Amino acid sequence: MATTMAGTAEDTTTAEYAARVEHVSKSFPAPGAPGGRQLVLDDITLDVAPGEFVTLLGASGCGKSTLLNLVAGLDRPSAGTVGTDGRPALMFQEHALFPWLTAGKNIELALKLRGVGKPERRQEAERLLELVRLKDAHGKRVHELSGGMRQRVALARALAQDSRLLLMDEPFAALDAITRDVLHDELTRIWRETGLSVLFVTHNVREAVRLAQRVVLLSSRPGRIARQWTVGLPQPRRLEDSAVAELSAEITEELRGEIRRHGQH
Amino acid sequence: MASTEKAADATGRTTAPQDPDDLAGLEAGLDALDSTQTVRTPLSQTLLRKVLPPVTAVALVLVVWQILVWAEVAPPYKLASPSDVWGEVRAAWLQGTLLDYIWTSVSRGLLGFLLALVIGTPLGLLVARVSFVRAAIGPILSGLQSLPSVAWVPPAVIWLGLNDSMMFAVILLGAVPSIANGLVAGIDQIPPLFLRAGRTLGATGLRGARYIVMPAALPGYVAGLKQGWAFSWRSLMAAEIIASSPDLGVGLGQLLENGRNNSSMPQVFLAILLILCVGIAIDLLIFSPLERRVLRGRGLLVSR
Repeated sequence: MATTMAGTAEDTTTAEYAARVEHVSKSFPAPGAPGGRQLVLDDITLDVAPGEFVTLLGASGCGKSTLLNLVAGLDRPSAGTVGTDGRPALMFQEHALFPWLTAGKNIELALKLRGVGKPERRQEAERLLELVRLKDAHGKRVHELSGGMRQRVALARALAQDSRLLLMDEPFAALDAITRDVLHDELTRIWRETGLSVLFVTHNVREAVRLAQRVVLLSSRPGRIARQWTVGLPQPRRLEDSAVAELSAEITEELRGEIRRHGQH
Repeated sequence: MASTEKAADATGRTTAPQDPDDLAGLEAGLDALDSTQTVRTPLSQTLLRKVLPPVTAVALVLVVWQILVWAEVAPPYKLASPSDVWGEVRAAWLQGTLLDYIWTSVSRGLLGFLLALVIGTPLGLLVARVSFVRAAIGPILSGLQSLPSVAWVPPAVIWLGLNDSMMFAVILLGAVPSIANGLVAGIDQIPPLFLRAGRTLGATGLRGARYIVMPAALPGYVAGLKQGWAFSWRSLMAAEIIASSPDLGVGLGQLLENGRNNSSMPQVFLAILLILCVGIAIDLLIFSPLERRVLRGRGLLVSR
């Protein structure tokens, strides 16, 4: 199960998981629902192994973002337990960069909040910007960057947290197709270079297959794990690859079946 | 055709070989195509567009004023001519009292404003972040903004006597609500995403206030400061006009009141002009540049 990234992990990880979700349920108060609460997630059990890339796939309303918030520690489960190896980093659909800081200073703030000393901050920020291929962007204001550049700075800022686990909430959904494709390549490259574990939420089936080692399909209302696929295809993959297309077709069929069930009752 | 070639290629293999340089080049191209450049307008154009119109407007007012004087629409003791007022300016300058008048008021105003800043900022933070405090004094704080600060002069004189502390009390009651409300509005307008992002980066509690909440609220805060200064200045002038005493030193408000007592219309005009000029100058020299800097840094300044 545990996928070891040969020679890429910085230290020998002692934890047996990057994230462990056990029998987690989550409900929110809803006046109209039976019992006054709406069940959003129902008995989810999911492990993310160190260095593993998992995508969470589902239609709207399946609670995938809720699950991600629980793993991020931004919210508490109604039942069950969530454990992570250290505090995870989180990337949003919007870049969430602070507009009062330059690109570089955004990264340096993450380092500062992590307790990195002043002299190393600048150097580390430069290194991370170079990793996302934005060497010259340190002094750039957020509004001067394109959508794709902003998400790459956001990725660099998330990496600055030095977490073992990176949570991504549809981070490329708002980008145009070409930029998204390029960022898929970048993410794959950075994931392989750093040995990070990634839990990636999306509603885009091809994106899920393109990126992941494992695709987890959630059913909707309440969110349950419907099915999982292990994607054995070697990286780098392309969206146009026939094997990616085949698996995507299979998963899409399953996803459509899940959605159809909701129209029946 | 390239596209058919590519399609045939993809069906033949599961993975396409990837040249890292190719990706970097593609990315560089996308970056270049998508980035926006902010260009600063040259100085000559700024002068033409920003300085010329107000200068024209002032010149026009002077011309109309002079025509009204020539037409004798009102007797000279009611309507002083521009040259009379200019003569008053020269006389005050030559006596060396002009800068004294200005400095007496400006130093009071700025000191009072700084005090209001020190009190209004933590107050605004408390109102914005603690719901009990907000429910308790939030409405009063907004209500105070609509209370003319002249109303505070009589009680302030009774409580504190005719001295500088009474002036500062009136300034504080005028400016603190503006500054606090500006900060509250600024904090309320912070996109929740910034707060979530801050929390995931580990900025919680006081560190959250320092690194996320305060900088994110800065545009609203600066707007509050700007308004707070206007209120400080107005409150001070009200206090100076109403409460005059030989111990207080002659500020612009007293100058105005003295002009009325001496039936010297040029002096009244001079005082009003100076009050207006100081208010504009402080705004132009301190608050407008501050506001523009904050907004430009965030890409919020729309060039017109």
